[in-house]
Amino acid sequence: MKLTQTFKAVATAGTLSLLMSTAASAVTLQLHNGGDPGSLDPHKVSGDWENRVVGDYIEGLVTDNAAAEPIPGQAESWEVSEDGLTYTFKLRDDIFWTDGEPVTAEDFEFAFQRLMDPATASEYAYLQYPIKNAEAINSGEITDFSQLGVKAIDDKTLEITLEQPTPFFIEALTHYTAFPVPKHLVEEHGDQWTSVENIAGNGPYEIVEWIPGSYVRSEKNEEYYDAENVQIDEVYYHVLEDQAAALNRYRAGEFDILTDFPSDQYAWMQENLPGQAQVDPFLGIYYYVMNQEQPPFDDVRVREALSISILRDVIGPDILGTGELPAYGWVPPGTGNYVEDAYMPEWAEMPYEERVARAQELLTEAGYGPDNPLTVQLRYNTNDNHQRIAVALAAMWEPLGVNVELFNAEVAVHYDALRAGDFQLGRAGWLLDYNDPSNTLDLLKTGVDQGGEMNWGNNYGRYSNEEFDSLMAQAATEQDLDARAELLAQAEEIAMDEFAAIPIYWYVSKNVVSPSISGFEDNAKDIHRTRWLSKTEE
Amino acid sequence: MLGYAARRVLSAIPIALIAVTVCFFVLRLAPGGPFDGERALPPTVLANLRAHYNLDQPLVVQYFIYLGRLLQGDLGPSMVIDGFNVSQLIAIGFPFTLTMAMTAFVIATLIGVLAGMIAAVNQNKWPDYMLVLTVMIGVVIPNFLMAALLQLWFGVYLGWLPAGGWVNGSWLHLVLPVTVLAWPHAARISRLMRGSMIEVLGTNYVRTARSKGLGQRLVMARHAIKPALLPVVSYLGPGLSYLLTGSLAVEQVFGLPGIGKYFVTAALNRDYGIVLGTTILYMFIILALNLIVDLVYAWLDPKVRYR
Repeated sequence: MKLTQTFKAVATAGTLSLLMSTAASAVTLQLHNGGDPGSLDPHKVSGDWENRVVGDYIEGLVTDNAAAEPIPGQAESWEVSEDGLTYTFKLRDDIFWTDGEPVTAEDFEFAFQRLMDPATASEYAYLQYPIKNAEAINSGEITDFSQLGVKAIDDKTLEITLEQPTPFFIEALTHYTAFPVPKHLVEEHGDQWTSVENIAGNGPYEIVEWIPGSYVRSEKNEEYYDAENVQIDEVYYHVLEDQAAALNRYRAGEFDILTDFPSDQYAWMQENLPGQAQVDPFLGIYYYVMNQEQPPFDDVRVREALSISILRDVIGPDILGTGELPAYGWVPPGTGNYVEDAYMPEWAEMPYEERVARAQELLTEAGYGPDNPLTVQLRYNTNDNHQRIAVALAAMWEPLGVNVELFNAEVAVHYDALRAGDFQLGRAGWLLDYNDPSNTLDLLKTGVDQGGEMNWGNNYGRYSNEEFDSLMAQAATEQDLDARAELLAQAEEIAMDEFAAIPIYWYVSKNVVSPSISGFEDNAKDIHRTRWLSKTEE
Repeated sequence: MLGYAARRVLSAIPIALIAVTVCFFVLRLAPGGPFDGERALPPTVLANLRAHYNLDQPLVVQYFIYLGRLLQGDLGPSMVIDGFNVSQLIAIGFPFTLTMAMTAFVIATLIGVLAGMIAAVNQNKWPDYMLVLTVMIGVVIPNFLMAALLQLWFGVYLGWLPAGGWVNGSWLHLVLPVTVLAWPHAARISRLMRGSMIEVLGTNYVRTARSKGLGQRLVMARHAIKPALLPVVSYLGPGLSYLLTGSLAVEQVFGLPGIGKYFVTAALNRDYGIVLGTTILYMFIILALNLIVDLVYAWLDPKVRYR
């Protein structure tokens, strides 16, 4: 009897201790995520802070590994037809929504149709325009959604047909616009399917709480096919846009990862938090646009003079303090599907004094000098770094006799002016949506005539060159990746030799990662899914 | 008094309508729109979004659509925070802002009145000088700087209090934000109370009361506090509305889910629905507080008559 009681007591104590140790060992990641998510619906989001949450709770056919390279996600494999137009995906058997329903090919078909439905008004729908009839459906030209090139062959087989071969299509499928949505929940709850009481995902985490203005919280999805390798049990995605406050909270031990930090604190962090502040190349370009529809920037000599007289080497290390690399070309280094040698103009190698002298000559030739000084208005949106750079550039142009009037506006007003062509010189930036040179080069394509009015899209400077456009069109249909890269490189050279815009620097990602976190790999997309991270309690 | 209150409430309706109308049109006529971000959207997508939010309708039609919804108690959708409508966001953010502001209000009022009285009684002595110094700190240091300094000292260096956030809602998370909010208000109230109390203590009826042999405490309690509170009460209404509407910097630095942050972010993003919704809420608060202050003022000072 005593022995039985002893066994029972030991067993109970053991169970309790196991339970307690499990509870105690629950690993929580406190992630400083920056902005407030506008939505958790993959068809409604548009920012990297939203991608961090959405990419943890929903997974597409293809997903990101720790280095943000595409790997099989909900699809275990795929085949591509010889003509590069048809992709056939085989879904995994063990994939479920967190409400227990199986994930089927029909969920994907439904999701792509919903993405392209004009009524969904998805901002980033155009990223999946390579899919057959996608653009026509999104624009309302085709109203029969079954014409979309996405078909569920059976529960576990999905076929996607493209308009034309697209080398970056697999990469584009890692984007949240290609994520599935639970058809049964969207049909039942409409747009409210992402409210916390209704939401279900198929990724490594499930959303359990959302306090706008404060945080989103998710917990590990035990039904995820790779759950056994997921180390973090719970994630808080904290909303906090004040970077200095975020750094204070990191120092107080309240955050494990900061996804941005104040540039002027970088030197301090290198000294006081050695190895924790990580600044790495990031696929993005910071540049200035010149309105080429009007004088003086319709004159290539003026564009050249302003571009070559910028001392780019001091901007990253000295003005910003975070070491952004100077940019002389248009396609960021490290971009996939591209040539190995980056574009580098001859003038980049010239001593700076010679460049300034050359710039002065060019301005004189263009008719500007002491008697007729060049005066330009430079617009930038509200941000300390944008202001610092604008002031520095104005100082660099002063020796040329160029008078710069700085004009600052909030972001909506700034971009409204750029789009309307109501500017002379303006600051802009572009972070790549997918790792392909076409994503940046497309910014320089001639606008499209729509009902007698030109739509210039993101080509704010209204740069237009027939040869450039022709090379881009040829590249779009070229199936040979090397030949395509050559065509795109030629296009870049033409645009840069004509000073289509003024590249300033290549963006860097700025993260601060606690020594307790492992698995945070630097990558050019700055995507770090929680699935690959682990945390040791200090 | 009830009739007076009813008249005030009724007169607020046209004021509210004018304010909503002005706010609606000023906001729409401002350059930039809710979809003017860093990236130009394809025209088809932009057209879809504009149609979705009725922005493709003439401005006057949009105005009447908005008014029609408003009369049914619907503040409409947010154009940027897609997961929630404006009413839901207010329902989440406002209770938090209210809790924080009311806590700061009560603490600031109690400390301010008490400190003002102590300073007045000890005019030009060390407690008075201490008060002046404290007031100076509270008024001179802007609240975003105060927030950052307190966060650094008590959150990072000393580790006594959470440096921010509202995870699990512990009252400890409120200590620093409420201190930042309450300090300048306590400072202003104490200054008002001090001046007012010194004035009252010099009046004839207080001298008479003293000459009758009443002690300092009884003089203060029976004759001085009530009249000395009048300027403080006048300040409390605007003070509370400022606490409710002006907590933005505190919410930003401490990462709190209050409504002030929504308001400013929405204004910058041209999120028309949230800006109008929060404006209506703030307007309601200000009108209500002004009414309450007028009624309390009349109760404190019988010379004030309702008309």
